[in-house]
Amino acid sequence: MRTSRALAALVSAAFIFAACATAASPTPEPTVAPTAPPTVAPTAAPTASPVDWQACMVSDTGGIDDHAFNENAWKGLQDAQAKLGIEIKFLESRDESDFEKNINQFLSEGCEMIVTVGFLLGDATKVGAEANPDVRFAIVDFAYDPAIPNVEGLVYATNEAAMLAGYASAAWSKTHVLGTFGGINIGGPVTDFMDGLVAGAHYYDKTTGSKTTVLGWDPVTKTGSFTGDFASIDNGKTLSLGFLDENADVILGVGGQIGQGAFAAIEERGVTGVGLGVDVDWYVSVPQYKSLILTSILKKIDISVTAAVEHAFKGEPALPVYVSTLANGGVDLGPFHDYDSQISAETKAALEDLKAKIISGEVKVSDYFAAP
Amino acid sequence: MTDEQHVDPVIEADLPTGAGSAGEPPPPAAAAPPSRLATAVRGLLVPVLAVLSALVIGAIIIVLSDLTFFERLSADPGGALGDALGSVWSAYGALISGALGSPGAYVEAFASGDSDQIISAFNPISETLLAATPLIFTGLAVALGFQCGLFNIGAEGQLYVGAVAATFVGFAVTGLPWFIHLPLAVAAGFAGGAIWGFVPGILKAKTGAHEVIVTIMLNYTAYRFVEFILKLPGYQREGRSDPISKVTEASSWYPPLIEGLRANWGFFLGLAAVFAVSWLLFRSTKGFEFRAVGFNPSAARYAGMSIAGSTILAMMISGGLAGLAGTGIVLGITRSLTSGVSAGLGFDGIAIALMARARPRGIIFAALLFGALRAGATPMQSATGIPIDLVVVVQALVIMFVAAPALVRGIYRIRVPEATGTEVFSKGWGS
Repeated sequence: MRTSRALAALVSAAFIFAACATAASPTPEPTVAPTAPPTVAPTAAPTASPVDWQACMVSDTGGIDDHAFNENAWKGLQDAQAKLGIEIKFLESRDESDFEKNINQFLSEGCEMIVTVGFLLGDATKVGAEANPDVRFAIVDFAYDPAIPNVEGLVYATNEAAMLAGYASAAWSKTHVLGTFGGINIGGPVTDFMDGLVAGAHYYDKTTGSKTTVLGWDPVTKTGSFTGDFASIDNGKTLSLGFLDENADVILGVGGQIGQGAFAAIEERGVTGVGLGVDVDWYVSVPQYKSLILTSILKKIDISVTAAVEHAFKGEPALPVYVSTLANGGVDLGPFHDYDSQISAETKAALEDLKAKIISGEVKVSDYFAAP
Repeated sequence: MTDEQHVDPVIEADLPTGAGSAGEPPPPAAAAPPSRLATAVRGLLVPVLAVLSALVIGAIIIVLSDLTFFERLSADPGGALGDALGSVWSAYGALISGALGSPGAYVEAFASGDSDQIISAFNPISETLLAATPLIFTGLAVALGFQCGLFNIGAEGQLYVGAVAATFVGFAVTGLPWFIHLPLAVAAGFAGGAIWGFVPGILKAKTGAHEVIVTIMLNYTAYRFVEFILKLPGYQREGRSDPISKVTEASSWYPPLIEGLRANWGFFLGLAAVFAVSWLLFRSTKGFEFRAVGFNPSAARYAGMSIAGSTILAMMISGGLAGLAGTGIVLGITRSLTSGVSAGLGFDGIAIALMARARPRGIIFAALLFGALRAGATPMQSATGIPIDLVVVVQALVIMFVAAPALVRGIYRIRVPEATGTEVFSKGWGS
């Protein structure tokens, strides 16, 4: 088995390169050299010589091409590959009993690092990491307390970016009513967005003396509106229609499908309202609603994954928790795109100022949970 | 009872010795020229050919899903076809060695004499058994329903409720030795599933509500029930805000077959369940009533059997078996409960029951096949990048070919065996 390892690595590298080549350019000049073995496309390889160091990713059940979470993490590995010349591969999980199996598969293949995507993999990652202290792990959206020495927990201060979005929303809103809802109240990964939105609106009220109402979430009592799932556009739409009835004109739905429900509701009512995207820039990923997207709250999973792989590759000890913040660029406010002209220069300046204050620690998101 | 013995040639075909007449010596086999062996071979022919056909179509999909194939086909047909065969070969090679182990690894392991290496060589088989375990239970649950003329689509929901109950006993009861704790947790799983099966059973028996509708709806009820209970203080794990249960005690886990492998005694509980259900259906009076009610309710009622009683009991046992599948997961794999532990194992059970033609012993083979496909899919994806979904496609094709035997017979020009009669399970759809 050992002897065939190099061969296997070569073959898998060829597959990856071939895949990259086709993905990048759908018509890779077929006239050129038809006699050359087509599976090996070394010219397309961005890296010099592959290093015998494998970073392997186990996705959660959403699939590798989910336009969100898993895809973003995989992009992080691809970036790490381009930067470091390592080998990368992934396994998709079909259901939650696959997690441990997939981690074991990678352990048996001798992966130097295993990246698991999502808090759902918390238990399986712990089992794998504790049994294999020599293998480095990183897990997205989760951290262990107490920490496991060979696991880097990647968490995201999305509330910081969401606070900027809340400020911008409050500034844009004509009715001074915002609405927000989540999928399932699973805590941090969902409610941080909602916390930030409320805090941003409160900060706006405090600095400008206006009065903004945020429907659907109370960061103090941690209660609010949830659809009960992440999959139903209709459920998100129903809640959003309720918010529109109460005069909201900016809606933040925290979740991929349910968040689109907010846009569907605004479109159906034909009102002057906008919605906010989460995780990635929805202007790009949900183009059918781009005329209604004020901005997006970016959670750059790829950046943190690349960073974690780099830490491991360079032999640095694992950070117990690696927090993506505004300061390190792991979370951010997305561009305003079509609404850029509707955001005044002084609002933009105030956003820069707020961002600087959050980074310096002068402003804490949690200080603005209660209305001023 | 003796009056009903020849009620139905199809049912009789399953029990050539004439079950139902407890105590009576079996009548001498009435000189049946198509021997049992020949019947068995003929019975296996369609499933085997179905698997073969599904793999062939799967291979075609592997080739066609390679985006560069067509470009290369025009430039270099020979090379493109060669590469295509090569990628099918490596994909199926990885699939099979991932499900059964590779001969090289076995030889190397035994030659080395290192016990760790020998154990790891058996890991693929262990994974196959592990994946097959819940499938045996859900397949059995659906098959039992079919035999009683009931189409239980609710195995998924029953599985979850069983898992909720088993997990609760798993973490709430402490300080017991494993030989008490494990059976207790398993029994709780059975009871949970049985309760979820009792509801459609009694609704059907008392009001005529169709079990297909009720069980489908109860699946959704079960999903929401799980989400609700996973957020309850006392059930939800301390320090976690996401829906996840406490970790079950080690004393409630199925012990591994061999230390170091994940396959566990849950598989043998599955085998035991197969033989228990087989005995129940074909060797006990109750089972005879089940099948009589399934085959012809009016005749069964005329013969003095309780249709309501049979329906309720059959649905409860069916639900309980599905609940055991839940224990196979939470006490055998994940050690705790989340809302996504099963992505359709209950529905796979329908496929397995169809493939086994609702025969309990056939369930073992169908579940092992599906388990092998699932176990092998992981190394296949890792080695060749072919998505795990291919396996789902192959599974679906197997079902399609098994469910439409005429298709397979047509493709392979097999003569239609004389007088096979209706399949038992087809009765379950409309009655």
